[in-house]
Amino acid sequence: MYEIRIHGRGGQGAVLAGGILAKAMVHEGNFVVAVPSFGFERRGAPVASFLRMDSREIRQMTNIYRPDCVLCIDPTVGRAINVFEGMRDNGTWLQTTSKPLAELQVPDQVTTVGLCDAVTHALEIFKRPITNTLMLGAFAKTTGLVSLDSLRAALEDSDFRDAGLKQNLLALERGYNETVVHKIEKRVAA
Amino acid sequence: MSAVLKPKSKAIVCDGNEAAAWAVTLARVDMVAVYPITPQSSLVEYLAKFVADGKLNAEIIDVEGEHSVLSVLHGGTLAGARTYTGTCGPGLAFMFEPYLRTPGLRMPMVMSIVTRDTLTPQSVWGGHQDAMSVREVGWIQMYCETVQEVLDTTIMGYKVAEHRDVMLPVNVCHDGNYLSYGATRVELPSQEEVDAFLPPPATNWHAALDPDRPMAVDPLTGGAGGPGPSMFVRYRKGQCSGMQHALAAIEAAHEDWARIVGRRHAPLVESYRMEDAETALVTLGSMTGAGKDAVDEARDRGERVGLVKMKTYRPFPVQAIAKALSGVKAVGVVDRSVSFGWNCGPLYQDVIGALQFATKRPAAMSFIGGLAGADITTDHFGRVIERTQALAKDGQVGETVWLNEKD
Repeated sequence: MYEIRIHGRGGQGAVLAGGILAKAMVHEGNFVVAVPSFGFERRGAPVASFLRMDSREIRQMTNIYRPDCVLCIDPTVGRAINVFEGMRDNGTWLQTTSKPLAELQVPDQVTTVGLCDAVTHALEIFKRPITNTLMLGAFAKTTGLVSLDSLRAALEDSDFRDAGLKQNLLALERGYNETVVHKIEKRVAA
Repeated sequence: MSAVLKPKSKAIVCDGNEAAAWAVTLARVDMVAVYPITPQSSLVEYLAKFVADGKLNAEIIDVEGEHSVLSVLHGGTLAGARTYTGTCGPGLAFMFEPYLRTPGLRMPMVMSIVTRDTLTPQSVWGGHQDAMSVREVGWIQMYCETVQEVLDTTIMGYKVAEHRDVMLPVNVCHDGNYLSYGATRVELPSQEEVDAFLPPPATNWHAALDPDRPMAVDPLTGGAGGPGPSMFVRYRKGQCSGMQHALAAIEAAHEDWARIVGRRHAPLVESYRMEDAETALVTLGSMTGAGKDAVDEARDRGERVGLVKMKTYRPFPVQAIAKALSGVKAVGVVDRSVSFGWNCGPLYQDVIGALQFATKRPAAMSFIGGLAGADITTDHFGRVIERTQALAKDGQVGETVWLNEKD
């Protein structure tokens, strides 16, 4: 089982991103459970969405406390909450940021980092900082756990239409192409 | 006609609210009345969308509140329509008066309760308190574990409700938050399969709105003297007997579903790894998945632990639960709601009542978790297992354990 925790802020589409990713993974024959977190959902407040993937049926309908992957679709949500809480060893971290890896604090459990300046790209594509589909492209590029084609198919099967669909398909591809993947050698245990 | 669907079942990804809307569509419901309330709102939004898209060929009535929702559907049901709605929490409370009348008039409706904790403190999150608060007024209640079970059970609900020996309304309960918004892979049955499973709507002709046979529906009945008292008893006994007949009807509907659609769900209670179990958990709703995973972990450690999931809660399957738990040493019942009268969970009360009929009666303890949207994880179930194993050893029934008290 592979566990992904998506962090964002209310209004950015973290829950929708979970749903699109779930569709793409099921398209590839996997089993998926996507559960949004529940709080006082409001624009700008930190929100999370939880996604489990497995080749067999998943029974737990719960939140995720020990993620294999943390996907941050917001550049500053990591300042508001500890997005790495409970993260497993050899974890994957995807982050919306304009900073290079050297300027980021990478926790010890993380061995793969995918960085994408999704806010800049989103402002170009949508004229608004909507980063969710860009970061799904970043996820595909960094983890290889889902193909760009399946994500495209999931978007086409969603409620997006016409210009909105076009923009999101472009964002997906841009996220995939513009993500820099870093592999970090596993640090020697003290 | 209604849904234009592909001939074979296909895998989709949807949450429990959308799954319920698909079920309503596939069951060819004639009439829905809606009033949105969290966490049910997206369910009625899906219904409205399906009607607008031409998938669902039903009359949708947008009324001013839940009291009217159910009252409007009473009219439809008495005129022979297959009807549906969903609600929860304060909406269910507002609907209470017509809710009481529905089973007495033997109206075969299906209504989802997208379970939500009740006021107060103010809360919009999941918990079984709303459905539990109406457990004794004569509706059949089935609780779902998965999104797939929401879809399948909502369709099966019509077959149970409209069974000629039952003719009672059915609540399909699915957990607010975890099932209402939790999305999973779901196999969508084909319209052909559902048509083969579900006959056209059945009407209760004893009380019906029929221009050729006008009648006063629900006249005063009872009082002391005359035919009143015995007639009232006859209606009450008939209602209770319909509830008891529902046990067999629920089993038959699940059997038909397995035969026609190819998916088998346990109709009354599901026993999971109960063979040779010394300790058993009893669960209700979406918590069950994490409970089963915790049982697997305990089994991997060589511990003899099993789980019994309640699917049908009303009518309470007394014999089935007594049989499932006979022979274990201790039982831990996990409730997602509270019995204020007993300082324990309501399911716990029912289970210890039913254990009266067990051939060998185990000790049982009450655990309460998952109130107002709180999570019940495998770690919580690990604690339930540990405490219940201690109970198996010393037989000392402790105070109710509140699982999220120190989260």
